[in-house]
Amino acid sequence: MGDGPRSGRLSMVATTTARPTVPLVAPSGGARSHQGWRATPWLFLLVPVALLVTFTYVPVANMVWYSFTDWDGLDPVMNPVGLANYARIFGDPAYFQVFLVSLYYLAGAAVQLVLALYFATVLSFNTRFRNVFKGLIFFPYLINGVAIGLVFLYFFRPGGTLDALLALVGVDAPVQWLGDPSVINVSLAATSVWRFMGLNFVLFLGAIQSIPTELYEAAELDGATSWHKFRYIILPGIKKIVGLSAILAVSGSLSVFEIPYIMTGGANGSATFVIQTVQAAFTHHNFGLASAMGVVLLAIVLVITWIQRRFVPDEKVDLT
Amino acid sequence: METRVIEMARKHILAATTGAAAALALAACTGGAGGAAAGGDGIEGEPSGEITVITQRTDLVDTVFQDYKEQFEKEYPDVTVSFESMTDYEGEIAVRMNTQDYGDVLLIPNSVTPDKLGTFFEPLGGVEELGEKYALLEEEAYEGQAYGIPITVNTQGIVYNKKVWADAGLTDWPTTPDELLDDLRAIKDKTDAVPYYTNYADGWPLSQWDGNRGAMGDPAYANEHVAYTDTPWAPGEWHHISDGLLFDIVAGGLSEEDPTTTNWEESKTLLGTGKVGTMLLGSWAITQMQQAAEDAGGSADDIGYMPFPYQVDGTFHAQVAGDYKNAINVHSEHKAAAWAWIEWFAAESGYAYDEGGLSPLVDGPTPETLAGFTDAGVELVPLDPAPPGKEAYEANVVSESEVDLYGNIYRQELVDIARGAKDGDKESFFASLNERWATARAAVG
Repeated sequence: MGDGPRSGRLSMVATTTARPTVPLVAPSGGARSHQGWRATPWLFLLVPVALLVTFTYVPVANMVWYSFTDWDGLDPVMNPVGLANYARIFGDPAYFQVFLVSLYYLAGAAVQLVLALYFATVLSFNTRFRNVFKGLIFFPYLINGVAIGLVFLYFFRPGGTLDALLALVGVDAPVQWLGDPSVINVSLAATSVWRFMGLNFVLFLGAIQSIPTELYEAAELDGATSWHKFRYIILPGIKKIVGLSAILAVSGSLSVFEIPYIMTGGANGSATFVIQTVQAAFTHHNFGLASAMGVVLLAIVLVITWIQRRFVPDEKVDLT
Repeated sequence: METRVIEMARKHILAATTGAAAALALAACTGGAGGAAAGGDGIEGEPSGEITVITQRTDLVDTVFQDYKEQFEKEYPDVTVSFESMTDYEGEIAVRMNTQDYGDVLLIPNSVTPDKLGTFFEPLGGVEELGEKYALLEEEAYEGQAYGIPITVNTQGIVYNKKVWADAGLTDWPTTPDELLDDLRAIKDKTDAVPYYTNYADGWPLSQWDGNRGAMGDPAYANEHVAYTDTPWAPGEWHHISDGLLFDIVAGGLSEEDPTTTNWEESKTLLGTGKVGTMLLGSWAITQMQQAAEDAGGSADDIGYMPFPYQVDGTFHAQVAGDYKNAINVHSEHKAAAWAWIEWFAAESGYAYDEGGLSPLVDGPTPETLAGFTDAGVELVPLDPAPPGKEAYEANVVSESEVDLYGNIYRQELVDIARGAKDGDKESFFASLNERWATARAAVG
């Protein structure tokens, strides 16, 4: 959830899966020189590696370097300040309090995964209008984030769409959805769920549909109910993709940015760690500190991913 | 239209105009011809070639600016002008300026401190000499050299809907913050209008509360108060007066019901149609409000503009400050053409007048929108530049304290406290601001 998988990650997946297709052993015989064959895999690798280095590793290395300076984003001179930026982040609880906001999104992510799994399961069977529903569920993911932000601003404002709908069923202006500091993060997390559930749904649906149909037939012969089929066939069958989604959900919740930034700009207690980073860089002109915050966030996500991999090892799935 | 300027952010980057500094600069200049070492010729010479002009006016670039291009190229047939516009000007230009390719003419972003002006921009001439023709050059100058000409000049005050105020039985401009609060209460009681609109959600309109230090009637105010005191939020200081008024408006229930869902574009229509009574904004906003009033079927005459409710010796004061300044990329290949464009833009384009701003020319016309100010004898106060060596001091204190004086983050917090969405009260919040400020001052030294 949150930002979902970002393009950087996708490209990494692409490059690593591309590797095994490169011929590792040169075919014997023929008049060709060994030299030419040996170079081929490297030639194939050149483009993706160049892209990866240019757009991922060099910028990250730059960020790490900035985090040890007092750069203001413009000054041609950067003065190294050692660990001062990190000391500031870890010395001031205000920088970490915002992670509490992430808990709302984490809860939202859990809801999102459950809903996506539920819809993917239901719609993988022969449901009436299943293609229409599939489209409806995936559709929000295709909408531009800025548009979603604006739409939901109107949705949540006093007397807006949501209040009008509630008025129809007799509930009169219960709370200010964005104005009330105790509700705002729930509203924003719900928006995020609405937006990103479609992506999880499609991932789950794809995985479910790759399960051979004979398994269901065999299970039916054994008298399995729908729940049994879900519990003993589908869930184990898509375990890997559920695990991946969970990792993305956690790191996404920590780095939520787009929706709260567009809708509230981080005001009224909705600021997340990334919004705070952006403010450090572009409002307070402190790129050094902002870079350090970026490095800290990266480290936290890496650690969480590592822990998750330790506890949920990457087992081979065997349905037979 | 994302245009309006964050010009209040700029008074902290004022520069040296003392004779000593000018003399130094002159001495420094004798070595190199006009300081045009970095590329192309200096600004003297025959204007020719292709120039790229970068503007923040995404809304005008395909219309009004194309007319400018036509007129300019008629006058200077050897020059071809093309435009680039940026929605998030401050953010995008800062990234571009890390390269050498940032157009020929551009606006000096607020993040450039005076001591860095020479790194990025071509000096246009001595402040004193050029100042005979252009106003407010000292806002973007360093060591006596001017680096930019204002595109327009703004003053500060409160834009209001005359009908709403008349319906509430109000005829005179308030002269103290308390009188304004009384007037807003009258609007709340006697009309259906929302008395005041904060524009909290868009954020930047809240920054306007900082921009009128000239209301204190003292041109040296920013050099003796604000960054030069540990307690800018103590009673009697400008930030106590202005932020305190904002607090009281919100705490008194005189602003919109849910500030978190406000919308700038919509607010113009709301004010134009009398659904909102009052907004504190720079004078650049007047023409936009008039336009919105007309678009909604009203009249431009419904929109009025009053000075900040504070008088010194029975006189209103309002700060004048330059908007963004046009400047020349120090790496430009066609500096003479770029300079020709800047001079033409200030003198011939009519941009400032059409925008309802004061002219960047010393002897330029005063716009009709500010006729009320003239009639009421409002004194326009340009602030003194910061003393040499102290140009970036206030900005540094702001960065260090993370109290974004020129922004909206702490003022949104203030509104949240005032409306009871966050713990605290006026005194405790101002005390914490003072404390952060004092700590930052100690750190900056």
